Amino acid sequence: MVLSLTLISLGASAGLGFVYEFTKEPIEVSVLNKKLNAIRLVVPEFTNNPNDEMFMLPTGEGDSLEVYPAKNGEEVVGYAIRSYTNNGFSGYIGFMVGFTPDGTIYNINVLEHKETPGLGTKMVPDGTPEKPEFKDQFKGKNPAGFQLKVKKDGGPVDAITAATISSRAFCEAVQRAYNTFEKGELK
Amino acid sequence: MNQMQNFTKGFLKENPILVLVLGTCPTLATTSSSMNGLGMGLATTFVLIGSNVFISLLKDLIPDTVRIPAFIVVIATFVTIVDLMMQAYVPSLYETLGIFIPLIVVNCIVLGRAEAYASKNTVWSSFVDGAGMGLGFTLALGVLGAVREILGSGSLFGYKFIEGEGILVFILAPGAFIALGYLIAVVNKINKARKA
Repeated sequence: MVLSLTLISLGASAGLGFVYEFTKEPIEVSVLNKKLNAIRLVVPEFTNNPNDEMFMLPTGEGDSLEVYPAKNGEEVVGYAIRSYTNNGFSGYIGFMVGFTPDGTIYNINVLEHKETPGLGTKMVPDGTPEKPEFKDQFKGKNPAGFQLKVKKDGGPVDAITAATISSRAFCEAVQRAYNTFEKGELK
Repeated sequence: MNQMQNFTKGFLKENPILVLVLGTCPTLATTSSSMNGLGMGLATTFVLIGSNVFISLLKDLIPDTVRIPAFIVVIATFVTIVDLMMQAYVPSLYETLGIFIPLIVVNCIVLGRAEAYASKNTVWSSFVDGAGMGLGFTLALGVLGAVREILGSGSLFGYKFIEGEGILVFILAPGAFIALGYLIAVVNKINKARKA
């Protein structure tokens, strides 16, 4: 009884060890590619590897965020900041927020969320000039002069219909990224 | 029962979801689109075939008293293999299915087939049984996912053919229950007609 269970477990672990070794590299590559793609979406074109030059900056709330500098040659063209909020309609939402060096928002990418399909999820897609989406109203704005608040709270941001909580959370995460960007010492 | 019948029983006569109503948790949760349903179905099929074959190979080695832990070890091994493979080669699907891949371990269809079929039958029939049951499961998930995606988003496999929003409720959990209920009714009707 003990012997047969031991043998089966032994065989299982040997098989798993093999598969683990075999898939280790592809998994690392796909995780890294995913991160680089997320960064590529939110900053101007770059030539360096932002993942290798990543550094942490404090948010001022006892926490710190990952900052990925994007460089074209030697010149810094933007910073991608991994921000988050816990106040989404279903809790945590992860973001990659891209700034140009003067603090203007270049683009924002939602990395992970559990928002309601059809409502809160409208924060995810990029719009087109003919059919703008929620995200587009942030592009090219500098939070120094553009208050990150929805209209209900007295700000200029048009909230997503029937998803004010998600929209508020979105603003909060962008604000967090901006605070970090503004206060932190950028390399 | 010949092997052909053994294979096809999983599709209509003993379809794990639509007739036996087993494993409804991943069914309801992962079929918000046809692609997700299909991916989940194929992952489960791989686990079913693998565990059925191995358990039927090992059935003389496993004493009756510890058969459940032994089955679970075999099943968990295959689930972890699927988990790692999907993470490596189809990361986007892996992300949408999320926790439901590891949860195949506790899917009652997999353990059910191991206990009820593979531990009593030859390797070859167990393989056929696993493939039939798995593909039946995949079929049910694919159809359910397709129905929900067509009604809920107006698209199929991500290809949009109806403009506009679709009926939101079909993407959400209640829509899963509604669609599954109707699907079961249709299959019951077919099965009754075939018997008569």
